Amino acid sequence: MDFGPHAGFIMASYGLCLFTVLALIAWVRIDKANQERALRELAEQGISRARPDSRSKSSR
Amino acid sequence: MAFWDYANPTRFLRLVQVVLPWLIGLCIIVFAAGLYMAFFTAPQDYQQGNTVRIMYIHVPAAWLCMMCYSIMSISSIGTLVWKHPLADVSAKAAAPIGAAFTFMALVTGSLWGKPMWGTYWVWDARLTSVLVLLIMYLGLMTLWRTMDDPIKAGKAAAVLTLVGALNLPVIKFSVDWWNTLHQPASVVRMDGPTIHPDILWPLLIMALAFSLLFFVLHLMAMRNEILRRRVRALRLRAASVSHPGTAAATAQPAE
Repeated sequence: MDFGPHAGFIMASYGLCLFTVLALIAWVRIDKANQERALRELAEQGISRARPDSRSKSSR
Repeated sequence: MAFWDYANPTRFLRLVQVVLPWLIGLCIIVFAAGLYMAFFTAPQDYQQGNTVRIMYIHVPAAWLCMMCYSIMSISSIGTLVWKHPLADVSAKAAAPIGAAFTFMALVTGSLWGKPMWGTYWVWDARLTSVLVLLIMYLGLMTLWRTMDDPIKAGKAAAVLTLVGALNLPVIKFSVDWWNTLHQPASVVRMDGPTIHPDILWPLLIMALAFSLLFFVLHLMAMRNEILRRRVRALRLRAASVSHPGTAAATAQPAE
């Protein structure tokens, strides 16, 4: 596909948008992994959101 | 179940888990259709030639940067007036996404401006007011990071967000109020769009794709923010157990 004399401007625009969107996707995915890891580490230390009575019920 | 019930973060997370895969699928399909139309069915502009194809990303990014700030403003009202548990989460999660869309609008506009106007940048009202919007986004992101207590940070950011909302009508009407190099509105007008349908339809499809992308990213970022507040609440709880009376005072509903 020939974009004419201004092809560089068109490709740069789409390339920059692609890069920004990929950066946003990477940010949310890495952030999610970090938060889930932190929750997992806290759970391993016995610190979780489950109330003590509900945990004892589920372990029975 | 009423809509209000989704104010409960746990219910909201369950809703996100169900909705997100469908929204991602729809977003990919609409993006594929929009990009196909932008590159293969939309004609060249009689004056601008192929550079008109930059419009299919520049205009949706510009619309989205304003829509994102509008959502943050509504969320800020929710934080200040109703103390809605997810309002603060929504506003905080939207800021980096809005900043990214504003950055895209500014840079693609600049890359479109050079071949058409002969310059990358002019200090006209539209460009300057959008730059102010980017600075607002960055300022709000910084404010959230500088304050340790999310409740205090949320309230301060909500006030600043509402002050910054005054910039939205300035952005929208700047091309009408002042003599700018940027062209006036050609889609959202009282007398209807002035763009030919062959160019308008790809633009509207790309705008829909960008909107879906925003909602996907916003839901994902909100989920992360809820998880972050849970981590914080659990760490405070753990600290209060090991050092009674020193922590756990600032846990909030979204945690």
